[in-house]
Amino acid sequence: MALLRIQDLTTYFFMKQGTVKAVDGVDLHLNSGRVLGVAGESGSGKSTMAYSVMRLIRPPGRIVKGEILLEGRDILRLSDEQIRKDIRWQRISLIFQGAMNALNPLITVGNQIAEPIIVHEGLDKRDALEKASSLLGSVGIGPARVNNYPFELSGGMKQRIMIAMAMACNPEIIIADEPTTALDVIVAAGIMNLIKDLQTKTGLSMILITHDLSVIAQTCHDVAIMYAGKVVESGEVLSIFDSPAHPYTIELINAFPSIKGAKRELKAIKGSPPDLIDPPSGCRFHPRCRFAKEICNRKDPEFREVGTNHFAACHLL
Amino acid sequence: MAPVSAQIITIAGTIICVGLIALVFFGESLAPYGPQQMVGEILLPPSSEYLMGTDMLGRDVFSRIISGTKWSVSVSFIAVSMSMLIGTYLGAFSGYFGRSLDRILMVGMDAVYIFPSFVLAVLIAAVMGPGIGTSSLAVTIVMIPTFYRVIRSITLTIKESGFIEAERAIGASGRYIIANHIAPFYLSSLFVLISLGAAQAILITSGLGFLGLGIPPPNPEWGTDLAAGRMYIMDGMWWLTVFPGLLIFLAVLGFNLLSEGLDAVLNPQIRRL
Amino acid sequence: MVGDVATEEQIQAIRHDLGFDRPLYIQYLSYMYDLLHLNFGTSLNSRLPVIREISAAFPTTIELTIVGLIFGVAIGLPLGVLAALNREKMIDHFLRAFSLGCYSFPIYVTGILLQLAVSVRLGMLPVAGRIASTADIPKITGLYVLDSLLTLNFAVMFDALAHLVLPGMTMGIYLLPMISRISRAGMIEALTEDYIVTARAKGLAESTVVYRHALRNALLPTITVIGMNFAGLLGGSMLTETVFSLPGLGRLMYRAISSRDFSMIQGIVVVYTLIVVAVNTIIDIGYRFLDPRVKY
Repeated sequence: MALLRIQDLTTYFFMKQGTVKAVDGVDLHLNSGRVLGVAGESGSGKSTMAYSVMRLIRPPGRIVKGEILLEGRDILRLSDEQIRKDIRWQRISLIFQGAMNALNPLITVGNQIAEPIIVHEGLDKRDALEKASSLLGSVGIGPARVNNYPFELSGGMKQRIMIAMAMACNPEIIIADEPTTALDVIVAAGIMNLIKDLQTKTGLSMILITHDLSVIAQTCHDVAIMYAGKVVESGEVLSIFDSPAHPYTIELINAFPSIKGAKRELKAIKGSPPDLIDPPSGCRFHPRCRFAKEICNRKDPEFREVGTNHFAACHLL
Repeated sequence: MAPVSAQIITIAGTIICVGLIALVFFGESLAPYGPQQMVGEILLPPSSEYLMGTDMLGRDVFSRIISGTKWSVSVSFIAVSMSMLIGTYLGAFSGYFGRSLDRILMVGMDAVYIFPSFVLAVLIAAVMGPGIGTSSLAVTIVMIPTFYRVIRSITLTIKESGFIEAERAIGASGRYIIANHIAPFYLSSLFVLISLGAAQAILITSGLGFLGLGIPPPNPEWGTDLAAGRMYIMDGMWWLTVFPGLLIFLAVLGFNLLSEGLDAVLNPQIRRL
Repeated sequence: MVGDVATEEQIQAIRHDLGFDRPLYIQYLSYMYDLLHLNFGTSLNSRLPVIREISAAFPTTIELTIVGLIFGVAIGLPLGVLAALNREKMIDHFLRAFSLGCYSFPIYVTGILLQLAVSVRLGMLPVAGRIASTADIPKITGLYVLDSLLTLNFAVMFDALAHLVLPGMTMGIYLLPMISRISRAGMIEALTEDYIVTARAKGLAESTVVYRHALRNALLPTITVIGMNFAGLLGGSMLTETVFSLPGLGRLMYRAISSRDFSMIQGIVVVYTLIVVAVNTIIDIGYRFLDPRVKY
């Protein structure tokens, strides 16, 4: 049974200009011990989905519909107190995009890692700091750094600290939201290796959000492709890369340059991401799709099985 | 369109200010008695005949307060206008032409700006002796730096814009450019500054009056009357101080509301704090 | 100084006394020397050394300013935080209106109204002055509250405190609009930062998030603004001391200005400047403790 099952998750932002349908009926599942990659362009709803799972959506945003089943229990039905005490950080934690701003500049990193430990595991300050120290060691940072402030550390180090912090209460699931976007390539590679390492060692389950398909190819077991607030394709990594079904997935894979093979021109996807206040009718990708037919304009395609454990939403399949 | 709260504030402020200006011009005619007129017994509490009671010389407090509007408010207006003219002029030239003129002016303005404004006003009043001219001058000098700084800052920003360079390329003179192309950018800030300045001016003028350094008796200035009424509060004669105080408050509030409202309306921000 | 009718000899005698007949550069150097030794000369009013009168008046103003700051922060800071947490709701508008109201009251009107309401009408607190009788106040620092506390003379201490309540509240009301405005803005700014989302995600209680994470950051601009506006406080003390008959620097300055006591005016202006510089330095140093990013 899936550890985490997201069903028909719908999160809207109610703004003055209109309602932004950031996540519009998303189905995902995460199996125990596996890494699920979530890929898509900026604005596809990936981060909003992650925040919705943690119930961090604040007005003007609201989770309108759906269920998020953690081991069969719908966490969207829990009270705020229960989410705070039982779920957040203890069972599911988050690694934020851009660690630069995700850490409080006025508090030492040690204290920031220790905070959730003190609150959730009841340790006193000294023990919590000790645990924080060893956590730093496990992500490759000298334990003495507990007393440093965020501004004293480099971008890569801060990201490692975010990882250490996410592991502080031994969660079952870690959601990593674009952990390497703000970093240069070499540092990013180090971070991804660290994440992969930790995941195999501890066997925790992970949702890895990124727009970088190469990262997904290297680190994930399963992948879901999101576009304009919906999941357009999902399945095991090998199936998706071998035989992508949805036109968007095909374009996405083609857009990435390959080191191997002959040199060729970069193929961008024509058009630009849709306005989520007033998304295109029918299939949301149809204005940019090479294969679009008349039905694609009229009807929203069903998310169907197109292979073993391989689902996609397209009229042409 | 600005949020409803901003509109309410602006309207409220405008009503009060318009009311005050009306009192400045028509105050004395509307008052039941003359400000120096001794109408009855001294130190009578408020009644239907004397709405705000009588003072220590038997004058009607209500009439004095109404007639007094013109003193506090018109001095403020004169002072703010002069401040605005001088400060804007200097700020514009300082910002546009820069170099030594700018440096000298900045130092001078900073010196005035940092000094506690009320103390400075008191000093000026002391040197020059009490009177209406002194009050105007003191308030003017104290407020020039604020206008100067804001206008200078706007000028510096706009100066670098492309269209200004285009004007220079055509051969327009500095004065022409400032007057015709940069000046429109001053307007929204000026409106806010003027109403803020008016509020501060009233505070300083009546403050000077309170210390006996302002508009001399027997003129019915609010601050002076307030000070005169002070010695009677121990005997419970509150009307001599409360009413002038309330009027000063109302006048300052009116201008503050106006400036807050104008700021909200004229300077909408993407993320309003 | 000698009056309007004076003989030539009298004028010359005074000139010699004051050293005005020396060459200008000597006068200037002598003046600088005196200044560095805090010798401001003699008061034209009381014929006493200026520095002595200033030192006598100094503690009063310090006490008043400190109490005023305490009131201002104790009321203004929570007000600002409350407004920020309830942004755009009724309570926010109400608190901002209250703040604007306080801002519109001239400080002397606030003082007099408080005197009327609390002292005269209700008889709850003393109307004016620093203390009821100056009989047995130990003179260590000149700060009555501190001195009486140190000598465990509680009766005197409470009396001194009672006399400080109304003037302190007056100054506090004068300060709170500025403090509440900047703390509100600071809190709103801090609450939109990413690290607040992190704190919530960690499952911390909302109060921890607000006070431990947001407020700490909001305090920084608040303290800066207090320092920047400190000079205004000195101006306010002049009026408050007049209303409450407190023998402080403000009242001394007023008297000096009224009687054209130039040496005294000069002396007090220098002292004001020193106070403003000192306060801003203290704030600078304090800032370094609060914000680890500030380098030495």
